[in-house]
Amino acid sequence: MEDLSLHILDVVENSIDAGARKVEIKIYEDLKKDLLEIEIIDDGKGMDEGTLEKALDPFFTTKTVRKVGLGLSLFREAARMANGDLSIRSEAGRGTTIRATFQHSHIDRKPMGDLEETLFTLIIGNPEVVFSFAYLKNGKMFNMNTTGLKKKLPGNYFSSSEGIKVLRNELNKLDGF
Amino acid sequence: MPKLTLKDLEKIREKARRSTILREGAGKAKITVHMGTCGIAAGARNIMRALVEEVERGGVEDVILTNSGCAGLCSHEPMMTVQIVGGPPVKYVDLTEEKAKEIFKSHVMGREIVKEYALAIGSEQTSTK
Ligand SMILES: Nc1ncnc2c1ncn2[C@@H]1O[C@H](COP(=O)(O)OP(=O)(O)O)[C@@H](O)[C@H]1O
Ligand SMILES: [Mg+2]
Repeated sequence: MEDLSLHILDVVENSIDAGARKVEIKIYEDLKKDLLEIEIIDDGKGMDEGTLEKALDPFFTTKTVRKVGLGLSLFREAARMANGDLSIRSEAGRGTTIRATFQHSHIDRKPMGDLEETLFTLIIGNPEVVFSFAYLKNGKMFNMNTTGLKKKLPGNYFSSSEGIKVLRNELNKLDGF
Repeated sequence: MPKLTLKDLEKIREKARRSTILREGAGKAKITVHMGTCGIAAGARNIMRALVEEVERGGVEDVILTNSGCAGLCSHEPMMTVQIVGGPPVKYVDLTEEKAKEIFKSHVMGREIVKEYALAIGSEQTSTK
C-alpha cells in the first residue's frame, strides 16, 4: 500500500466484511506533539480471543477464499516503520476498534494520500453502512456523517449521478483542509 | 403556485418510479468492484473512480456500484463483476481504468459483454460477503 488512505480503505473493508452497519473513521493530527493517529471503530461481529490473538499474523485469515490475510499486519508495519504502533480492541458480538499511531515527521511515515477518494469509494460502494468521519488537524475539525447527507437524496442512494454530486460537494470541503 | 403541467407530472412520476427501483436495490445493473487487500493494492479504488465518472458523465440513475471483499484471485486484481438485470454475472479481471470504462459503455449501457476481458460468465459468487 502506497499511502495511509489506502490502508484506511482496506481496514474499513474488514469492518464491512464483519457485518458492520456503522463505521467511524477518526483522524487526529497534531504537529506540536508530532503525532498522527488513525482510529476505525465498527459495530461488526467483533473477534473472539482466539481470532484477536492471531489477527496480526500475516498467515492468519478467517476468510475462506485464500490462505493469507495481510491487511492488518501491513497497517501495523506502516505504523511501526514510523515509530508508532497498532492496537486492536475487539469484543465478539460488539465490534472492533483499530488504532494506529505514527510519528508525524518520521521520514518513513507514509503520506496520507487521497482521503477524499477513499471516503468516496466506501460511501458509494456500501450504501447499507452509516459512515461518520472526523478529522481533527492542529485544532481544526472536519466532520461528516452519511445519515444527514442521505436525506438530500432521492431514493437514499449515493450511486447515482445525483447522489455522487451531493457526496462530491460534501467531500470537496476536505480540499486543502 | 403555478399549475403543474403534464410534463411536470411526468417528471415527478419518473422520479418516484426511479427512487422506488433504487430503494428495492433493483437497478438496471449492478457492478461490484472487489476491494480486498490485493484489489486495493492493485488499484481497485481507481477502478471505482473510473466507474463513478462514467455514471456522472452519463447522468445514469439506475446502475448500482458496490464493493465486495476479496474474491481469492489476487494475481488477477483489480476485478469487478457486472450483472445486468436478468443476465448472468460476468467477472472481469486484470482491469485498468480504460478497460473499466470500456466495459461500462459496452456491457452496462449497451448490454454487450466484453469477452476479451471476461474471466467467467455466470460463475458462482466467491466473495466472502
Ligand atoms: N473489523 C474487524 N471485525 C472482525 N474481525 C476482523 C476485523 N478486522 C480483522 N478481522 C479478523 O482478522 C483477520 C485478519 O484481517 P486482515 O489482516 O485484514 O486479513 P484478511 O481481511 O485478508 O483476512 C480477518 O480474517 C478477520 O478474522
Ligand atoms: Mg482485510
